[in-house]
Amino acid sequence: MIELDCRDLPCPRPIIELAKALPGVAVGDLLAVVARDPAARHDVPAWCRMRGQEYVGEERADDGAPRYVVRRLT
Amino acid sequence: MSSTPEVYLDAASSERLHPAARDTLVAALERGYADPRRLHRAGRDARLLLDNARAVVADALGVHPDEVGFTSSGTDAVHRGLLGLTAATGRDGIVHSAVEHSAVLHAAAWRPSPATTSIGVDATGRVDLVALAAAAAAPGVGAVALQAANQEVGTLQPVDEAALPDGVPLLVDAAAAVGHVPLPRRWSVLTASAHKWGGPAGIGVLVVRRGTRWTQPFPGDDGLEELGGFPNVPAALAAAAALQAVLAERDEVTARQFGQVATIRAAAAALPDTEVVGAAEARLPHLVTFSCLYVGGDEIVDELARRGFGVASGSACTASTLEPSHVLAAMGALTHGNVRVSLTRETTDEQVAAFCAALGEAVTAIRERAGL
Repeated sequence: MIELDCRDLPCPRPIIELAKALPGVAVGDLLAVVARDPAARHDVPAWCRMRGQEYVGEERADDGAPRYVVRRLT
Repeated sequence: MSSTPEVYLDAASSERLHPAARDTLVAALERGYADPRRLHRAGRDARLLLDNARAVVADALGVHPDEVGFTSSGTDAVHRGLLGLTAATGRDGIVHSAVEHSAVLHAAAWRPSPATTSIGVDATGRVDLVALAAAAAAPGVGAVALQAANQEVGTLQPVDEAALPDGVPLLVDAAAAVGHVPLPRRWSVLTASAHKWGGPAGIGVLVVRRGTRWTQPFPGDDGLEELGGFPNVPAALAAAAALQAVLAERDEVTARQFGQVATIRAAAAALPDTEVVGAAEARLPHLVTFSCLYVGGDEIVDELARRGFGVASGSACTASTLEPSHVLAAMGALTHGNVRVSLTRETTDEQVAAFCAALGEAVTAIRERAGL
């Protein structure tokens, strides 16, 4: 799974990185973004809804930072 | 930077003083300085002005003058209203929608109670009435708080449809609604804020219906006569004059604004990866919110300011904290790239058209900088 390290990026940079990385993921595969920015918790699911992708859920990276997982659908 | 005056599109934060309020304020500053509790002539003058202000506000809101009190702000009115209900019922639990103004959230957190519950909303920001009624029936609930209209997205709440148990009073925060839409009727306490309708800042309104179990929650005597100390008589009278004037113009102004907002909603919805947030029809006439993917809230506010438009944003990077708007979060809406436009009573069709053009340019410019 591709994981984007956006730990120290402010909003909306984690979402911009997510959008840029999506074309490099095969349809059906997972893509994760690690972000401490509190807006990402709301904006990753909202991005999935607006862009027609699947929001899989929130996990923790090894250092405890929130990791949001997305599945490419289109 | 252009020397053209900024087009102010943030009336929901604070509306410019209405001309009727300005004239009244100047006159009342001369006459209304004394202590309205005193029996001398100056005191009786101040009392007359204060009583007049209460009568005008009462008439405008369809209540009795003795049900109206003036506070130092809308926030203060919410705090006194809600905590006065829980103090009187002896039950600290407050049930409220997840999209209430922070004044309600802060009051609910003031005395923690297991019965305090935040009720979710749908994607338009409308509260779940079934969940609200169920939570209100729980033991320990002293009050329910539901806004008349949302301050960030403009959605009207179905206040009069709420089926609340007997003995659980409802506080309606009408700060975003007064002067713009007809108000709900089924409530025990109603709060508002004068600078949102074109009155002066520093005046809130607290209405407590006769028969409501409410007590002054902060130090001082019971009653609405004197909330928080010496009253600002001139400002109260100016607030009343503004409200009267705004209501007299309301049908004409709001019909115009409703159409202007529909224009902005359509222009925003036509932009790529942009979502208009909030109810399309059951909404405030003058307010619209939308969020643009890949755009920072501070960036879009700055870009629009450079093009001559002053707007607000609920995005985290424009707030004093790093937390995004709790309203947008509760709706499941995109929290970044957020813009709230709220029209003044003087906004023209030409300004709206120019704003729509500037918006498209601003969003395109920001996305190009981000490499998208």
